[in-house]
Amino acid sequence: MASVSMAAEAAVPRTRRRWNAAASLALLPAAVIVLVVYLGCMVWTVRLSFSSSKLLPVLDWVGVRQYSRLFANERFLISVENIVLFGVLFIAGCLVLGFLLAVFIDQKVRSEAAFRTIFLYPYAMSFVVTGLAWQWFLNPTLGLQKIVRDLGFESFTFDWLVNQDMVVYTLVIAGVWHGSGLVMCILLAGLRGVDEDLWKAARIDGIPTWRVYLSIVLPLLGPMIVTAVVLLATSVVKLYDLVVAMTHGGPGIASEVPAKFVMDHFFERNNIGLATAAATMMLISVAAVLAPWVYARYIRPQGRRA
Amino acid sequence: MTTSAPSGRKPRHLTVDRIGVYAFLAIAAVFFLLPLWIMLMTSLKTMEEIRLGSIIAFPSELTFEPWLKAWASACTGLDCNGIRVGFWNSVKILIPSVALSIALGCVTGYALSFWRVKGANMMFGILLLGAFIPYQVFLYPLVRIFATTGLYNSLACIVIVHVIFGLPVMTLLFRNFYAGLPIELFKAARVDGGGFWSIFLLVILPMSTPILIVATILQVTGIWNDFLFGLTFAGRENLPMTVQLNNIVNSTQGERTYNVDMAATMLTAIVPLAVYFVSGRWFVRGIASGAVKG
Repeated sequence: MASVSMAAEAAVPRTRRRWNAAASLALLPAAVIVLVVYLGCMVWTVRLSFSSSKLLPVLDWVGVRQYSRLFANERFLISVENIVLFGVLFIAGCLVLGFLLAVFIDQKVRSEAAFRTIFLYPYAMSFVVTGLAWQWFLNPTLGLQKIVRDLGFESFTFDWLVNQDMVVYTLVIAGVWHGSGLVMCILLAGLRGVDEDLWKAARIDGIPTWRVYLSIVLPLLGPMIVTAVVLLATSVVKLYDLVVAMTHGGPGIASEVPAKFVMDHFFERNNIGLATAAATMMLISVAAVLAPWVYARYIRPQGRRA
Repeated sequence: MTTSAPSGRKPRHLTVDRIGVYAFLAIAAVFFLLPLWIMLMTSLKTMEEIRLGSIIAFPSELTFEPWLKAWASACTGLDCNGIRVGFWNSVKILIPSVALSIALGCVTGYALSFWRVKGANMMFGILLLGAFIPYQVFLYPLVRIFATTGLYNSLACIVIVHVIFGLPVMTLLFRNFYAGLPIELFKAARVDGGGFWSIFLLVILPMSTPILIVATILQVTGIWNDFLFGLTFAGRENLPMTVQLNNIVNSTQGERTYNVDMAATMLTAIVPLAVYFVSGRWFVRGIASGAVKG
């Protein structure tokens, strides 16, 4: 989140300025959006999660009944399990592959620009396109399995896309394919910022290159890695399009995710109470991750300064 | 991506290490290119060849039929007008959404950077946090609001939604850019009697070209690739290309025509890919500076 922190630290220049009607007016649309959408709609959703709303929203109060229903719902529990598994593997996969790509590209290779373009292009494509491409590539009859079988490995089986236990891993593969270019891009910028003297010193001391990368360069890239993790984590929580396009939650309900659970209960199953409860749980989990970060970044430093 | 001089260790010529480096990069390149290659090859084959041959092989009988079919006569349910319907819908959504979201982000960022308005920083803080909150938290109440105003399922509706959810990134992008401009410039304009809008139009906006390019790239790819909002707010008449693509591929009755599916997928990917290949480093700058969006 380098960009966000930059915003906070680059304080608004302190000049004497009077209240300006035009400036206030210009900020009005943004203020309305913040009040109505970012605050109003959020509060509304949380409120609805304590109601018995089904097809239409009603504002009665049923306490935490929707939440107890939610945590007894097998589909929701599978969704949570899937998103945790996907999140951990996706972020780890993108970081490892992205770091390796950045390091190898940084070895003064020829046609560096071509490699960079190839590694980043998936990031420009939508998750729908990504999902459909991988759905076809991993097609159990005509895809990867057939390629390997045609090479002579007759008994080779790769049916993860239709295998309940393995389907989440296909989402991880597609996700890593889509996102590791982003990590490469961020980390490569960091590598280029590493002091040349450091490399000279390491060479004089006879430290092997891989050791330097692992023990010295990697810790230096800390802030970049945090940025990458925050970016990847937000796309984990929002994971929806990829699942809809690639597996549609299947086979059965084996690859359901919370965002899809919420969408389906809003617009197909007409169970607004349950959907808003699930959406509120998503909000709480994001807030739980965000709160310590906001505290460490903005609230604590301000307290110290005062 | 500011400095471009490689900083790794100095290369020795054609040692085992160097071969290893290139081997790794080549294998990685194959992994990244393979899905695109397969999509392209599949879209240029007949269904018969797809069933019998290997999906990575070059077509023995080149055909552009699937592309024509995908564009002009692929079916979504009973509607067989091809993905061009979605393409034009996406264009119709894209142009006003990009223009309005950038305009609003630009003005908001300018007002936040140079003018003091009570509560503005608080508002900005909430806006930034809003960028991290899953969209599902806002969707249903928004649908109700739009339904009440009679805008739901219209072009205006989807454009407004894109402006709303583009606002955090756009504001952040412009605010950061303007925070880097010398404040003396603004002071001088104030001394000369410039007001809010005249300073914006005559001084600030002419200096904003680079950040406007970055914002345009970010919004064009982001809005073109959107699926969730289009599905929820655009209505049957205005479904964007991504939604229509998913409908064509995933809800086909009977036997699936993989070659047409892949041609349609390629067609949907062309716009953001073109932006990516043409813009090059600007694209990278976009994701580096304003990549809060998930």
